[in-house]
This record gives sequence, C-alpha cells and structure tokens, in this order.
Amino acid sequence: MKQMTRKATRHISQNENLIFEKSSPGKAAFKLPPLDVPDVDTSKLLGSSERKDLGNMPEVSELEIIRHFTRLSTWNYAIDLGMYPLGSCTMKYNPRVNEFVSRVEGIANGHPYQPEKISQGALRIIQTLSECLIEITGMDAITLQPAAGAHGELTGLLMTRAYHQAKGNPRKKVLIPDSAHGTNPATAAMVGYSVENLKSNDRGMVEVSALEAQMNEDVAALMLTNPNTLGVFEQEIHKIADLMHAKGGLLYMDGANMNALVGKVRPGDFGVDVMHLNLHKTFSTPHGGGGPGSGPVAVKKGLEPFLPKPVVITKPDGTLGFEYNRPMSVGRVRAFYGNFGMFVRALAYIYANGPDGLRQTTEDAVLNANYIRKGLEGVYDLPYETPSMHEVVFSDKLQSKKGVKTMDLAKRLIDYGFHPYTTAFPLIVPGALMIEPTESEPLEELDLFIEAMKQVAQEVEEDPDYVLAAPHHTRVQRLDETQAARKPVLRWKPGI
Amino acid sequence: MLKTIGVRSVDDLFAPIPAEYRLTRDLDIPRQMAESEIVDWFKQRSKENGDGYISFLGAGAYMHYRPVIIDSLISRGEFLTAYTPYQAEFAQGTLQAIFEFQTMIAELTGMEVANASMYDGSTGAAEAAMMAVRITGRNSVLIARSVHPEYREVLATYAWHQGMPVATVPFADTGRVNLKELEKSISADTACILIQSPNFFGTIEDVAAIADIAHKHGALLVVSIAEAVSLGIVEPPREADIVAMEAQSFGVPMGFGGPYCGVLATREKYVRQMPGRLVGQTVDRNGKRGFVLTLATREQHIRREKATSNICTNQALVALMVNIFMTIYGKVGLKELAKQNLAKAAYAADRFGQSAKVLFSGSPRFNEFVVETSEDPYAINSRLLGHKIVGGLPLKKFYPEFANAALWCCTETTTRTAIDTAVGLVSESERSVRTMREPEKQEVAR
Repeated sequence: MKQMTRKATRHISQNENLIFEKSSPGKAAFKLPPLDVPDVDTSKLLGSSERKDLGNMPEVSELEIIRHFTRLSTWNYAIDLGMYPLGSCTMKYNPRVNEFVSRVEGIANGHPYQPEKISQGALRIIQTLSECLIEITGMDAITLQPAAGAHGELTGLLMTRAYHQAKGNPRKKVLIPDSAHGTNPATAAMVGYSVENLKSNDRGMVEVSALEAQMNEDVAALMLTNPNTLGVFEQEIHKIADLMHAKGGLLYMDGANMNALVGKVRPGDFGVDVMHLNLHKTFSTPHGGGGPGSGPVAVKKGLEPFLPKPVVITKPDGTLGFEYNRPMSVGRVRAFYGNFGMFVRALAYIYANGPDGLRQTTEDAVLNANYIRKGLEGVYDLPYETPSMHEVVFSDKLQSKKGVKTMDLAKRLIDYGFHPYTTAFPLIVPGALMIEPTESEPLEELDLFIEAMKQVAQEVEEDPDYVLAAPHHTRVQRLDETQAARKPVLRWKPGI
Repeated sequence: MLKTIGVRSVDDLFAPIPAEYRLTRDLDIPRQMAESEIVDWFKQRSKENGDGYISFLGAGAYMHYRPVIIDSLISRGEFLTAYTPYQAEFAQGTLQAIFEFQTMIAELTGMEVANASMYDGSTGAAEAAMMAVRITGRNSVLIARSVHPEYREVLATYAWHQGMPVATVPFADTGRVNLKELEKSISADTACILIQSPNFFGTIEDVAAIADIAHKHGALLVVSIAEAVSLGIVEPPREADIVAMEAQSFGVPMGFGGPYCGVLATREKYVRQMPGRLVGQTVDRNGKRGFVLTLATREQHIRREKATSNICTNQALVALMVNIFMTIYGKVGLKELAKQNLAKAAYAADRFGQSAKVLFSGSPRFNEFVVETSEDPYAINSRLLGHKIVGGLPLKKFYPEFANAALWCCTETTTRTAIDTAVGLVSESERSVRTMREPEKQEVAR
C-alpha cells in the first residue's frame, strides 16, 4: 500500500447489474388511476399502426429502481463529494435553492404555448435574467435561446454572418487561436466559414503582429476565449479589437472562462462584439453528468436585429410578450425559448450573490487558482510564466521523463479522492494539466489537493509503474477504450 | 493565501487586465438576497405563470404525470453535480445509466442504436437531416409541412449556410403527408425525407409508404417523434433510417419549453455518422465489465472543424429523468399509459365532434386532434381562461388556412370533468354563433 491521502479511503461499494438483468415479468413500479372515460378498442382506432410489443423494456419494482440508481450514483465522483478542478469547465458548487425554485409548480409546469397573459412570471424571469447578463457582460442585447455553449457559438456565428451579409459580403473565414476549444472550429464549419489558425506567442497570447498579417477583408471574425485556455488574460485585447474593427471584422468571445471576469471587467468594454455565456459554468447551474447547459449570446447594438426570434418585449400596456416580427432575425435555433429551467437557476444564483457577491466570487476563483499555482510550482512544469487568472496550466514534462503522462497522473489522482484536472488540453501545451479550482473550494480542500498532487509526483520518482497502473482503488480499473471503439457494443441485448 | 502567493492584495492578481477596462463600480444588478427572499420572489413568479390552470395544450410539450422518485433520484449530488463522464473509472454510475438509456430508446424506437442525447427534438431533427446528407452524399432535404412548425424553422436555420436546400411537402385532406406530391418532389439529390409521427396535428403518418418512396429513390427516411408516450401503443417507425425524438413526455417537466431531451436513434451501419456522445461497453484490465464514452473520433474535441457536429454539452441529467421514467413504467406500464392517453383523446374528440368539427377524423391519431369552430379560437380561449382552462392551440399562427381551428391535447392527467367543461364551453360558443348568424341569413334571403 502506497502512502495515502487524508482525503479518501476505501469503502464497500454495491455491485449492480444492468436493469434489464433484474427484470422479470409481473414486477411493476407504476400505478395508473382508473380510467374515467370509456375504454377503447386500440386496433379499431389505430389499425395497422397499433404496437403489439415493447421489446426488452424492463419490469422491476420501485425499491429495485431506487436501489439501482442509488447504487449507480455511488460509483460517480461529484462536486458534492469534493473538489472537481476540471480546467475550463468551472465546476463550482450548485446551490440547492436553485433546484428548489425551479420546481415550484407554475415554473416547472408552465406550457411554452400558454397565453402570454398567464405567462408573465416566466417572461419576467427571462427579462430579468437578460438584463442582469447584459449588465454583467457590458453588451447591448441578448438571446437566451441556445441550449449550450456550442449552440451559443453557432448562434453567435450565424448572427456574425447575417451582419456581414447585410453589409453585402458574408466574408469567408474565421480566425481561431491554436489554444481554442474544439467546438470553435466545428461551429465555424457549420456556418459555412473556413477556419484559419492563429498561432499563440511564447507568452501564450495572441501575437498581435501575426493577427495583423492574417487579418483582411475575408475574415468575418476572430473567435477568442478570454482569459484564454491557458488561464491567461489577453493583455493586448484593445489592440486585437482595434485590428479586427479596422478591417470590418468582429471580435467573438467564447465566454467559457467568464468566471475570471464577472464584476471585475466587462467584455463589452474591451471591444467584444458577440459572445456566449455558459450558465452551467459561470452561473452555477448543474452539469448533471454532461448537461443540460444553456448558452446565451450577448451582442452589441449593431447585431441586435439578427437575434433569434422570438425576443421578449414590454408591450404598450406594460405587460411582457414575445415579439416574432423580426425580419432580419437569423431565425430559430431551437423550439420554444431555450433551456428555461436553467434561466431560473442562474437568476437565483445572481440574486444570492448580488453585485458584491459576484465580484468576490471572481476574486476568490482567481485567488484559489494562484494559490494552487504557487503550491505546485517546481513540482510540475509551468510552461508559461504569464500570470494566471482563474485556472493554471502545468505540463507533465518532468514526470514524462519517467514515462508518466498527464493522463496517468490524473488516474492516480483519482485514488487520492479527487477528480482530475483537464488532461491534454489546451493542445498548445504538450501533456497539459489544466487546473481550475473555482471560488467554491475552501482552503482545506485546496491544501489536500496540493498535498495529493505532490505525493503523486513523488510516487512518479519512486515507483512510476505503480502510477502507470492507476487507478488502483476504483470499482473498475483502466478500461479498454480501444476495444470499445473497435467493436462497439452500444446497447444491451438478451443473452450477451 | 495572499502571503503564500506573494501578492499584497487580491487586486494585484487582476493586474494583467488593462486598468482602463477594469470595472471600478458595482454591477448594476439587484442587491444580494437571502434564501427566503429568493424563494418568495420565484413563488410570486410561479403564481403569475398559469399555476392552477387546466391545460389542453400539447404541440411538442406534454403534461404527463411525473412519478416522485424521478426527482428523488436525479437530486442525488453524484448525478446532479458530476461532469461529463470522461474519467470513466469513477463515473461508472452515469455511464451505465446512459448505456441503459441508449438500450431502451433503441427498443422503443425500433432502431438498433441510440445516442446519449441531443439538446431537444427540434435540433435533433436538424442534426438528423445533416447526418443524412453525410451518409448519402446528397444535399437536399424534403420536410413534411405536418412536422412541428418550430422544428421546421430550426431546420431552416441550420441548413442556411450548409448548402442544404430544404423543400416542404404538403399534407393531404387526411392530415397526413400527401404521397403524390411527395413522389413529385423527391429527386436524385434528396438526402432524406423528414416527417413527424404522430405529426403536428396528432395524426399518425403512413410511415411504411413514405419509407418506400424514400428508399426507392435512394434517400433516407428521418422520423421525428415529439410525443414519446405514443411509442407505448403506436407502432414505431421501424422502416426509418434515423429517428429524431423529443423525450420530454417521459418524465420531464414542461418547464416553459426546456430543458428537454432530444435523442437520435439509427441503424448500426450509420453510427459513425451520428452526432452526440455514445457510451459503449468494454472491460477493464481484469476483464470486469465497464462502460466508456466511445467513438469520440466523430466529435469536435478530436476532429475540430471536420466533426459530425459541434455539439459538446448535451442533456444528460434530463436523459436520466427519461431513463428513470422508462424504467418505472417499463414494458407493461408504457402500454397502459399510452392507452389511457388514446382513450381520453378519443373521448374528447368524440364529444367535441358533437358540436364542432373534428378535422382529419378518418386518420389514426394518438392524443391530439384538431377542432374547427365557427368562432375564432382565440376568442373561445379567452372565455375558457376565465374558467381557468387553457384551450387548444389556435393553428392560424402556423397554418393561415386554418383560421378557426385549434390543436387540442388530452393526456392521462386530463379528467373527464375537465373535458366535459371545455366541451360545454365550446359548444355554447358554437350555439351562440349559430343563433347570431341565423338572422343574418334571413336578411340575405330577404
């Protein structure tokens, strides 16, 4: 047994088969009320469209369902169990009051097509959140319709294209720094733009002279994450914005790292024209194992006519309503109005913080990241000396001399009771360890993390093979991903 | 902490931000509120939001009963506050749950494989059309006019810059796709036909006939399903190549339109062209069964601009609601649930038919139907609202030719009393319009 952390220990975990393997005829967890209208003859009503068999759907009791999902849940790591320092993912605490208010009857059960007269509550939530986000970003207008960050990017670039088109030329390409998220180039392709890479300089920032050389009238926009994926604020942002604007291009900001800026600086003030936010990152709505998200897009005045429709307006009689008559709109990007339940949670978070709280949140996020940076400097290689904002990126340069890579270190960190940092991203840092603690973490948890990271580094020196075989204490050990991809088994079938 | 870091104040950490842009004032947003104040504020909004009304609205968002254990289980922090399961060794809970979700969706839709979720039914349908374009190497898309109008709008937005012409196929007097017009519209460049079944009018399409036309011309058939509960009693579109489903009906609150749960299902041979995350079964070093995210080479974080889609975040927690709902009702319950929906809608349509006109009544339908009245349905609805009833969706906004028709929906939660009350109010309106019109007719006769 290697040295262990103070954070985690071993614990019994229940085995649990697939739900289908627990199923047997006659078990049931549902009960319908008696039918209060005459029963019908299905085959008469549906004819050949009648379904006779539901295939291998499970039949289990309620307690079995409770145990099934509870057992599965214990195999997960979560923010509620400890620090989850995934860089660029902003895994902060998800306040429970958010969940509570999103389940209040009229909010949870409102139908999207119910008359505006009885939708004033929902409309007011949409309008209030919109106003708050416009103030926080320093922009002029916003749509809450996009369902996630990448969907926001799509919406933002559609508006960018519509903006250029209205000026007579949609332009051909989008500039994307080599440190960008993969969603940025994938989005540009969906909007019919070609992608041109922009190389970062030795400080991890956009090289202004390179941008100057690449910027011309074919470029529709620069998609910039700020702070970028190294956690570095683009200090020459004003020059970048000026360069873009001088040639008629737009500055698009990926708001993935907005948690470093809220209440301290506003993108609208430093020249951003279009940006998306991730309510599931910056504004505390839960990640839920991969979603749902919400990706509002905020824009400057000149792009407002292109917002997706409908938009919420105040009518002459003072009530709120949806405005559909938007001839310049890019159209709809989603049915109805977006992930409304996430708006409720994000607004509850803004209310719980207020102006002081939001500023402190940002300060604490940056403080925590810098504390980790200081604690691990020298233990892990720091490829860029540039000051860190809300996240810090190390590399596995020192450990890889012993053959141990970032993913191996991450797997060993699991044994120490922590979710790993983001591995191997951004791509410009070979073997990256991207760490974002968020403001949520208390000093004690940060210290435990630093201690665990140091112990892992020490293990690499003493017994690299042990680290390479990690994790050792999880239910399953390293899984064969090659086999999973080569012969995909994507569903259960009887008898397999 | 400041001392350890070696700075004098937190503001020193913000030095990289040029001073002229730093905010030196408070954000102009509402002041900090206590938890009790936050709860009060949202409860007020709830009261202004249809709380206490009985609704006959469907049209892509359905009121079904949500068993309480759904929220008990999804509220567990291990599900609620976990990230995408990239670190498989301690995300097995989420991964196994998704694997079960994929299995049940495949079973219910009659497809071979399903993905882990898409944003919703509308974006899922648009992504399915793009997928068909990749598979066939053809460019254009035919979409039925009986598909949800907002789904059609989303497809138009997505198609806009992708060199993907979209044409619309009309419906016949039956409220189903006009097969003759479809035959005329399909060409060698058609990548897919996109229909919805049950369609926007609640009518079940002749999927087999449409599939024949599509396949005869080398195109794929994409079927959108907006009312998932229909799968308990309506034959799934087994002849389809891709099913794009909205699973909101399976235990997801209507929530004023979202978050919902889109999902794509298809044939195994097309899986590498399918967007979205997929969970696959594998083994660990000791041969123990486990699950991982797989076939990631389709996705944006690997393929960047060559990815099948830009989708990253999906609807995982909502998919878990759907998963638990499907598990609760299972093989027997889903059928019984669907049958109650069928019976309620049949009863209501029959009652409405006694005073007003039920359109497309010769075609099979599930839990929605179109009622044509003599009076403008907006006027009828505003009277119904006075009785705390939200009437059917007036179709005029989406289909100008149906000036006086509305789309009504009944689910297992709609009581006979509510149906009778609504029917009573609508027939009252019919009677008064008729008596008003009779003197007019007499005048004309004179």
